[in-house]
Amino acid sequence: MERTTLDLWVGIFVVAGIGALVALAFKVGNLGTYNVRDTYQVQAYFNNIGGLKPQASIRSAGVLVGRVTSITLDSERYQAKVLMNIDSRYQFPTDTFANILTAGLLGEQYIGLAPGGEEKMLAGGDTIKKTQSAMVLEDMVGKFLYDKAAQESE
Amino acid sequence: MSAQALVEIHDVNFAYGRRQILKGINMTFPKGKLVAIMGLSGCGKTTILRHIGGVLKPSQGFVKVDGQVVHELDQDTLYRLRRKMGMLFQFGALFTDMTVFDNVAFQMREHTDLPEEIIRDLVMMKLHAVGLYGTQDLTPAELSGGMARRVALARAVALDPMLIMYDEPFAGLDPISLTVVGELIRRLNDALGATSVVVTHDIQESLKIVDYVYFIANGMVVAEGTAEEVRASGDAFVRQFVYGEMDGPIPFHYPGADFNKDLGVRV
Amino acid sequence: MAIVKALRGIGSRVINAVWRIGYAARFFFKVLFYSGMSFRRFRLTVREIFFSGVMSLIIILVAGTFVGMVLGLQGFETLKRYGSESALGSLVALSLVRELGPVLTAILFASRAGSAMTAEIGLMKTTEQLSAMEMMAVNPVARVVAPRFWAGVVSMPLLAALFSALGVFGGYVVGVIMIGVDSGQFWSQMQSAVDFKGDILNGVLKSFVFGVAVTVVALFEGFDAPPTAEGVSGATTRTVVESSLLILMLDFILTAFMFRGD
Repeated sequence: MERTTLDLWVGIFVVAGIGALVALAFKVGNLGTYNVRDTYQVQAYFNNIGGLKPQASIRSAGVLVGRVTSITLDSERYQAKVLMNIDSRYQFPTDTFANILTAGLLGEQYIGLAPGGEEKMLAGGDTIKKTQSAMVLEDMVGKFLYDKAAQESE
Repeated sequence: MSAQALVEIHDVNFAYGRRQILKGINMTFPKGKLVAIMGLSGCGKTTILRHIGGVLKPSQGFVKVDGQVVHELDQDTLYRLRRKMGMLFQFGALFTDMTVFDNVAFQMREHTDLPEEIIRDLVMMKLHAVGLYGTQDLTPAELSGGMARRVALARAVALDPMLIMYDEPFAGLDPISLTVVGELIRRLNDALGATSVVVTHDIQESLKIVDYVYFIANGMVVAEGTAEEVRASGDAFVRQFVYGEMDGPIPFHYPGADFNKDLGVRV
Repeated sequence: MAIVKALRGIGSRVINAVWRIGYAARFFFKVLFYSGMSFRRFRLTVREIFFSGVMSLIIILVAGTFVGMVLGLQGFETLKRYGSESALGSLVALSLVRELGPVLTAILFASRAGSAMTAEIGLMKTTEQLSAMEMMAVNPVARVVAPRFWAGVVSMPLLAALFSALGVFGGYVVGVIMIGVDSGQFWSQMQSAVDFKGDILNGVLKSFVFGVAVTVVALFEGFDAPPTAEGVSGATTRTVVESSLLILMLDFILTAFMFRGD
């Protein structure tokens, strides 16, 4: 068994390559931000989710508290059904308000949770009843023009 | 005779596409002998070696090595047979990415489970036999043509084969290397008790060492005999070949249309 | 008549091409079939990883860094118009991990390691080293070709990962250190945009597929090269051209499968 320098170089190469993959996974990707802690799942229905995607973050007062796990269309209500995993360290009242918000003008969309005043807390499987859909730019512009026209006609 | 024959070539025909290379070749290589196959460049000498090694299959006839018909063997048996053959390629065909040592040790490492110390000793013995002990750490690029040929020779006999084939062992060698390589071929054959086949067109060098000669032209055996018989032969082809005459049974002119007619000359 | 002749020429070229593809496919299966030795005697493969992987490190690292820096610069200029400089991190990372990392690495790998493989095997064939091996009862596909194949397949994803990682670093240097984008936003936007499974693993899968494609083309061209000096040089050129085109075509197909929809 000779040529140890060659083996050394190959070893360095493989370690560096795997290191780069790990760095990509944790530093660049979202693997490091996955919650490995206990979570509980709640759901919410939205009229329009805009550009919300699975793995989008769920924040309360700006703090990351969970992730969207799946988005489907409920064919009975014709609303988007969003399942989310929330860190079990955080408890929210049953009358919590779920908003689809946007980070910056063109940033990623996320769900913001605004806690209500109820004493009973959300548990796994519960549904958040108060929701507000994503703001869709076209609707906003349309609404603005409509309002403007209505004002002028008065 | 055929009881002691190591290689028997019986009525072998072979064609590359439509070009007929071998037309009914018959040869016998007795055990322990050094046989030369001679002929002009491109007459099918190397093709015969490839048939013995089982690289090519004859379209008719068969080649028998050590009692086995080569082209009927399956891959495993063929490979087992090839381990008992050594071959020296035209320009040595040394593995350029390995040292001299690794080249000679190649087959030992591939085909045996010998420990590295024994392989080392064996390699040194083989290198010593060809007079190149001390070159083991060089790469093939650092060797002269004659040295490379000798290393290839050491590699060919690494596993003490029963049959050694040489494809143009004298091509492109200086006079001294020529004698050295010729002498080595003879000595290795006798020392190993092997049978050797030399394919060559270098008649003077090979007549010094071989026992028996086959002459090939146009894919057929045209003459054969021992070295003495060849020297004394009155056969026109053999004479032309041995003495290097320009015209004879092998014409100087390519068999084209009538040249005079082409020029419009009336003779 | 000229048209007939031209058509006949095209036809024979097409038939020839299909023939070669079939031959290459058979070659590929033969390589897989005789791969046992590359694992039983792993040193053979390690040696080839050195020649194809380690020797390509410098070019990959330098190229990755600079591509990342260019992305940082160009991305910033474009994003600034929409006031979304904070998305620079996600732009740089997504472009690298999904596309530029695997594709550029594969093309560089084809021209650095692939061409070397073709030339080496073509020369071994020209100098009868492969025939010699065959006569020594050693299968050249198992001994020479398969270890190089597996070395390429192992090296490519690692090189692509290094390319992307260095690229992100290059983007960080330009975007955050030189231009002054907020470091926290750079990373957090990146992390929320890049999905481990959807982006990073798919990128690795892509580079794996490209690694297979490049090495098979390179080894096949070497193995199939006419045993002359022109034959080998032509084969080397074909390796670079064919594998680069193949990479781009495969990239389109893979991207269509991986990233459609969401």
